[in-house]
Amino acid sequence: MEYIALGTGMLVILAGLWAIMTRKNLIRIIIGFSLFDTGIHLVLVAISYVKGGTAPILDSTVCIQDAAQRIVDPVPQALVLTAIVIGLGVTALMLAFAMKMHKEKGTLDIRSFKDLKW
Amino acid sequence: MKNIFTLMILVAFGIMIYPLVNSFKGNDKLPELGNYYAQPENVTKVNSANLVTAVVVTYRGLDTLGEVSILFLTAAIIAFFLKKQTGKHEVRENSEIFTTAAKVLFPLMIILGVYIFMNGHLTPGGGFQGGAVIASAVILMLLAFPEVPVNQKLLSYMESISGIVFVGLAALGALIGFGYLDNAILPLGTFGKFLSAGAVPIIYSFVGLKVGAELSNILVEFKSVQSNE
Repeated sequence: MEYIALGTGMLVILAGLWAIMTRKNLIRIIIGFSLFDTGIHLVLVAISYVKGGTAPILDSTVCIQDAAQRIVDPVPQALVLTAIVIGLGVTALMLAFAMKMHKEKGTLDIRSFKDLKW
Repeated sequence: MKNIFTLMILVAFGIMIYPLVNSFKGNDKLPELGNYYAQPENVTKVNSANLVTAVVVTYRGLDTLGEVSILFLTAAIIAFFLKKQTGKHEVRENSEIFTTAAKVLFPLMIILGVYIFMNGHLTPGGGFQGGAVIASAVILMLLAFPEVPVNQKLLSYMESISGIVFVGLAALGALIGFGYLDNAILPLGTFGKFLSAGAVPIIYSFVGLKVGAELSNILVEFKSVQSNE
């Protein structure tokens, strides 16, 4: 199971990188960044998986005494939670930039922004 | 030429990450840190049924504080960056079905968000998830009734007060507990019940309010810059 998640995560990272490098529309580039983000989250969660483990939430089925034997690692999951929120903030900022750039030139095509190109 | 270059970068990146996938063997038991957090004596010390919440709010609570400040920074930069548009924004009138459904769904979504962040220490969920649900309720209302003004002052007050309470509770842990963000400043309660885990549900509720207000504020900012010209 963890292999599928890990492989998919890596593929999603590559797809995001491809979108960032080849797409011309700013919105699509931002979607590429989001894909890259999501792939990294998938990889982190896949790496933290413990074989046969269950979610790190203790209730009647997973009692406190055998928690250490039956749950997956909670630390990377907490880190992914942090990463998701920061990814959201970065995406919101990029969208704000895209809006500003659209107001400047009236287009979202990346090829029309040549001011910083050498 | 440019396509070949792109392809080369992609292939190089793929070759770079391939050993990571190839050498991954999977874990048979918890790593040391996760094992420490899952020990019975450490679980009962925090008394939160959801161990991820225990890590996010108490053990790595400082990271959460940083995360909340990053969100605040994002909201502040967007508010500074996007100037309000004076021109009128003409929108097509929404259908009766949509506006009625939005009116029905709005309170239910708010209640769901509040439920998610108040039960963050028992079930999957927590402040950030609940806040996102609240913000999605707000965006539904923004889409359904675009001409109704939003009280942004109220949102920013809610956000600031929640942030101050979060930091205050964390500092209280340092003053009367064992350290910054210690959750044992309140009675720990019975494990698995709503009133458990000390200050965790309260901290997470304020995080949820803060995130919900902040995301709503960002959405309102995005909406307010739209105009026809």
